[in-house]
Amino acid sequence: MNLSMKWLNDFVKIDMKPRDFCEGMTISGSKVEGYELENSEIQNVVVGKVNSMERHPDSDHLWICQIDVGEEEVQIVTGAQNVQVGDYVPVAKHKSLLPNGVKITKGKLRGVESYGMLCSLGELNLTVNDFPYAIADGIFILGDDCDKTVGMDICKAIGLDDMCVEFEITSNRPDCLSVRGLAREAAATFNSPLNLPKPTVKANQEKVEDYISVEVENKELCKRYMAAVVKNVKVGASPRYIRERLRASGVRPINNIVDITNYVMLEYGHPMHAFDLANIKNNKIVVRNAKAGEILETLDDTDRNLSEEMLVIADEEKPTAVAGVMGGKYSGISDETNTVVFEAACFEGSSVRLTAKKLGMRTESSARFEKGLDSRTCQEILARACQLIEELGVGEVISGVIDIDNDNTPAHTIKFEPDWTNRFLGVNIDRNEMTEILKKLDVTVDGDTITVPSYRKDLEHKADIAEEIARIYGYNKIPTTALSGFAQGGYSDRQKFTKNIGNNLQGMGANEIITYSFISPKLYDKIHLESDSKLRNSVTILNPLGEDSSIMRTTALPSMLDILSRNYNNRNPQARLYEIAKEYLPTSENELPTEKTKVILGFYGKNEDFYTIKGVVEAMLQDSGIENVEYVPEKNNPSYHPGRAARIVVCDTEIGIIGEIHPTVADEFSINAKVYVAEIDEDTIYSIHNKEKKYSPLPKFPASTRDIAVICDEELPVAEIEKVIKKQSGKILEKLEIFDVYRGSQLGEGKKSVAYALTLRSSERTLTVEECDTVMNKIINALETIGASIRK
Amino acid sequence: MKEALQQIKDTATSQLKEITDLQELDNLRVKFLGKKGELTNILKQMGKLSAEERPAMGQLANQVREFLENEVAAKQELLKKAAMEQKLKLETIDVTMPGTKVEKGHKHPLNIVLDDIKEIFIGMGFEIAEGPEIETDYYNFEALNLPKNHPARDTQDTFYISENMLLRTQTSPVQIRVMENKKPPIRIIAPGRVYRSDAVDATHSPVFHQIEGLVVDKNITMADLKGCLEAVVKKIYGESAVIRFRPHHFPFTEPSAEVDLQCFNCHGEGCRICKGEGWIEILGCGMVHPKVLSNCGINPEEYSGFAFGIGLERLVMGRYSIDDMRMFYENDVRFLSQF
Repeated sequence: MNLSMKWLNDFVKIDMKPRDFCEGMTISGSKVEGYELENSEIQNVVVGKVNSMERHPDSDHLWICQIDVGEEEVQIVTGAQNVQVGDYVPVAKHKSLLPNGVKITKGKLRGVESYGMLCSLGELNLTVNDFPYAIADGIFILGDDCDKTVGMDICKAIGLDDMCVEFEITSNRPDCLSVRGLAREAAATFNSPLNLPKPTVKANQEKVEDYISVEVENKELCKRYMAAVVKNVKVGASPRYIRERLRASGVRPINNIVDITNYVMLEYGHPMHAFDLANIKNNKIVVRNAKAGEILETLDDTDRNLSEEMLVIADEEKPTAVAGVMGGKYSGISDETNTVVFEAACFEGSSVRLTAKKLGMRTESSARFEKGLDSRTCQEILARACQLIEELGVGEVISGVIDIDNDNTPAHTIKFEPDWTNRFLGVNIDRNEMTEILKKLDVTVDGDTITVPSYRKDLEHKADIAEEIARIYGYNKIPTTALSGFAQGGYSDRQKFTKNIGNNLQGMGANEIITYSFISPKLYDKIHLESDSKLRNSVTILNPLGEDSSIMRTTALPSMLDILSRNYNNRNPQARLYEIAKEYLPTSENELPTEKTKVILGFYGKNEDFYTIKGVVEAMLQDSGIENVEYVPEKNNPSYHPGRAARIVVCDTEIGIIGEIHPTVADEFSINAKVYVAEIDEDTIYSIHNKEKKYSPLPKFPASTRDIAVICDEELPVAEIEKVIKKQSGKILEKLEIFDVYRGSQLGEGKKSVAYALTLRSSERTLTVEECDTVMNKIINALETIGASIRK
Repeated sequence: MKEALQQIKDTATSQLKEITDLQELDNLRVKFLGKKGELTNILKQMGKLSAEERPAMGQLANQVREFLENEVAAKQELLKKAAMEQKLKLETIDVTMPGTKVEKGHKHPLNIVLDDIKEIFIGMGFEIAEGPEIETDYYNFEALNLPKNHPARDTQDTFYISENMLLRTQTSPVQIRVMENKKPPIRIIAPGRVYRSDAVDATHSPVFHQIEGLVVDKNITMADLKGCLEAVVKKIYGESAVIRFRPHHFPFTEPSAEVDLQCFNCHGEGCRICKGEGWIEILGCGMVHPKVLSNCGINPEEYSGFAFGIGLERLVMGRYSIDDMRMFYENDVRFLSQF
């Protein structure tokens, strides 16, 4: 909402620095976004009178003018052809400033001195809408609606000296999308007298019913419809003050009739419309729903396809306006219009909102209606429009109004509870002070009953009243108190668990990333997900920003690969990344999807291989209390290298996958390096982790260490060998460490040698050599059965 | 014999002076003081002395031994010290060489600041609540006093999954879920992702983070709301931070406010950083709307509460002088490793 300060001053006198005004309004709840003086960029431009003109000796189109600018006469050369001796014109003197940073200084035009410039409307940032009698491509010749005192500052002379304040009005206060509404706020804020005169109309002796009849078919969507008629209208330009105020409010002046409807809308915050009665068939207005297939060309020259849920204003034949949104072109006001119908109506907000949305045209009118307007305002705005017609002498107002009022909402009352209000706010405001504050806001208090004005539909509850009192009293005058009472705060076990995972991964060199949770469905192809994979069934966004962000990911893998790719292609030589990522798995139609938490790691770089990422995962799982972790070769996951991937399993529960990303998948993501990823289901590891850590006493007896090296087929996973060793040695195996894996010609093709160091210890006694030997023999024999023989 | 002892003493003393390393010193000790050393040899001859001479000679011999032992010990000390000095000298390194590199990972800057904020609230007795990102229309809007077709819905461009399911546009639905499941007193914050249909640019992202807060108890006042948030802001921005509460509108709080932080650059005068306003908006808050309490089965006549919402990205951008929100989601390691 752009507010003209000149206009505001009709209703409340504001005599303070603009900054103080803006600050005060902001603090009482009408937030000022900014303010601007219309003439802030114009300097040293004055009214001049053309005393004489002669042709430039060396040019057939330039004129040499002698201009009276008050205390002196200056010579200015102009190329314009519409200037005549005796005209009053805007003169940009030597060293003057014009909008958009233009600087004017003296100079020579074809050898003749020129001490400045005569200005057109455009050069003052104006248009012919602001001064309809002027021409666009010539000097602006001041008309009788301007002050013609030579030497006077041009902005003052032509009324380009208003200050516009831009307000951000919250959706609950459509009443403040108006000059009168903001005047009321300003008066309450600064404790100034408020003068809101009621309009009066003289009117002639004729009856409005003889000119027009109205029928409202849909009483739900049209709570009130009022109409007045003006005959013998003289369509023309509005007076300067109206044009000026519309301009300051950001509305383009058109003609006096249309301008009046806009002027009244801005003053009251309630839209109006004007029809040409000649174009209303049988002089009958019908407010009804549109019929399927109806089309209306609106004032913006666009054909609108109407649908049945839309409310229209029609005559007996066809729609003439989309109710509350925009009028039709053919029934609009033209230069030939003789009789005008003013409409002041109250349409249902959500209907206007949906219609405007569906038609893709949000107008000043629909933006106001959709917030819910007051049917009680209709009468006054209709009177105000007619009053302006009479004041301007541009038509004859027919007596009476049509009024179809379907709004029987009673005045809303709220119990006045000053004690509750004080307790709720934590203040101690006197009952009388509260009453005074409410009175300024047009809220009346009678005993224990508060009556809210009908235009304040946002005031429903005593808490709403508390806010009104608080904001005018001053939020910043409310004291600050500390929360009382005892409360136990802290992280939940799960939150601690997750936090610990993050800390561990950071400690092991991984950087945390945060990625978008929606992705492109194409990424499923890029990670080579099978066409019948369950993971392709994603939660889909109905109105995405684009295909790239149209589905909620069922796997965090593509997001990780995307970020690794970005880093790789930004020439970062290595990266260790992790994300605690959400995955979104659809359930049934009306159920919320399951949101799973994944810990996903992604590594690349010259020091990384399968075992570096595995080492990190092992350490992280161990610290998270996950025991007995097995890594089972996984050859069938299409995103991973079939020979370098493993399912991570804990006691038959799969908790994730780890491996090298399939080279062609890496290639799909433009990564020309080996990429290692681990995906761990955090929900599952939390559910199975061992919460109890128990101290085991430090050993009292010495340990025996034994080394063993076995030769086996390349295909035999070391995990199998380890299983055997663990099983055969039982409790006395304290530590089992692999210290060498060897492949060589003397072992034979397809063979490897694996060497282990075993630490054997009993907590009860010193193990004898014989005991150790027995165990070692058992191990050796058992290993033979799986095809691993002792290397001699 | 007396002369012989004197002789040993003199010889040993003079040889001691010449010694430069510990091995020589030990040799010398053995030579004079060892079991087969010269002094022992002399003492073996004590038997030949008369009974009168023996005590005096014994005493003299002990004096010489003691003297020499002390001398050797002193010399040993000296040599050890010198040897240590020599060793240390040889071991001198260039301490200006860089340390052995340890690759430490970094927390994402959004989570660094979020964790700080969590700690602040935990210190004030808050718990951390969570809720789904894919929400129902009921929790995201209706229960928060934003019925269908409420104009305020337009300010939150919503991604829809179906007519009744959407990506939450705010963390406020967690308030409802907490109140439905927990009796007051309630003190929670609910940080999380929220979604709005904004195209990506330097200051907009369709995914961003909010930190919701909710306090419900008997006799909670707007003064409590102010006190709590002022304390939090001072912990985040420092004791000298100046804030103001400005009336605003949220459908689920009444009274509602936005909190502005006085511009740290111009102290309220207006400058480029605060776009001439002198203040920077940092959070929205208010007293929980009685309808919202009722919607959750909490009697608004018995309980009251306040709620607030803080935008995380803006806060983090301010703290680290990050001027482009996209950096958070691009995750370049050169960016991540700065925090």
